[in-house]
Amino acid sequence: MADFFPTGWQHFLAGGLVIGVGVSLMFVLSGRVVGLSSFFSSTWSWFSGLSHFQRDDLVQSRVWRLWVAIGLVLGAALWWWSTGQEAALHTSVSPVMLFVGGVLAGFGARLSNGCTSGHGICGLSSMSPAALVAVLVFMGFAMLTANLVAWLSGGGV
Amino acid sequence: MKAFVDALAMLVGGALFGFGLALSGMIQPEVVLSFLRLQDFGLMLVMGGAIAVTATVYFFAPRRLARPLWGAAFMSRITTLDADLIRGSALFGIGWGLSGVCPGPAIAALGTGNLELLWSVAGLFVGAFLHGLLRSRPREAAVN
Repeated sequence: MADFFPTGWQHFLAGGLVIGVGVSLMFVLSGRVVGLSSFFSSTWSWFSGLSHFQRDDLVQSRVWRLWVAIGLVLGAALWWWSTGQEAALHTSVSPVMLFVGGVLAGFGARLSNGCTSGHGICGLSSMSPAALVAVLVFMGFAMLTANLVAWLSGGGV
Repeated sequence: MKAFVDALAMLVGGALFGFGLALSGMIQPEVVLSFLRLQDFGLMLVMGGAIAVTATVYFFAPRRLARPLWGAAFMSRITTLDADLIRGSALFGIGWGLSGVCPGPAIAALGTGNLELLWSVAGLFVGAFLHGLLRSRPREAAVN
């Protein structure tokens, strides 16, 4: 076990269960299947007249998707506060990697209609074969990329 | 009133989602990258835990309830398996592998004061905009 989970396993499982409760609550209350990448398109509908962003589904979901996004920030803030940490979290990944990775992930998620939450959590929970294909493809490419970056930067695989 | 209740439902659901992402470490790119480099398999437990709960509720709720408590109808997720799904997922995977950041954690991490992830949020917005631009062209050309 320790080999697979060198930092422990309880917090991973607990976090996953809480995520599942959140997604389930939104389904039971509103009937919505909530993936997170659409937020990045629906929010553009306020600022861009491009026909894609003015599609009914994006315009009609933009308000509730914004509320989900605000909830994400508040929930993470609540966790941070509950741990009693004084310093903000920090990442060692460079701004260029964060930005370029974001552009590719944003474009790709919208092209494939889902991300780790949409295809991964909601899609697999819906027993969707297309979501399974999407998850296998993005997991494969992400593992190849992450290992390649580590190798090129001399960190070893 | 209806709008308030709807907003509250999504706010609370989103907050649980964000809390879970933070508790599980998924808002830290380093933790996600350690999974992608096969050093720590925790992400599998996060996905597994979330799917175990969600799949159960997705299955039983529409069979036990006539409709959602505060909504009109239960929706289902319909995704078509086509070339765009494969291409998009490949690009998504490359971006995720470069940064260790996907859409949910990029937003949630801001709640922990990790403002460096604004770079990810900005990138995700740019990527989504480029997709909208690509998707809008043929229709607008037809109108003109």
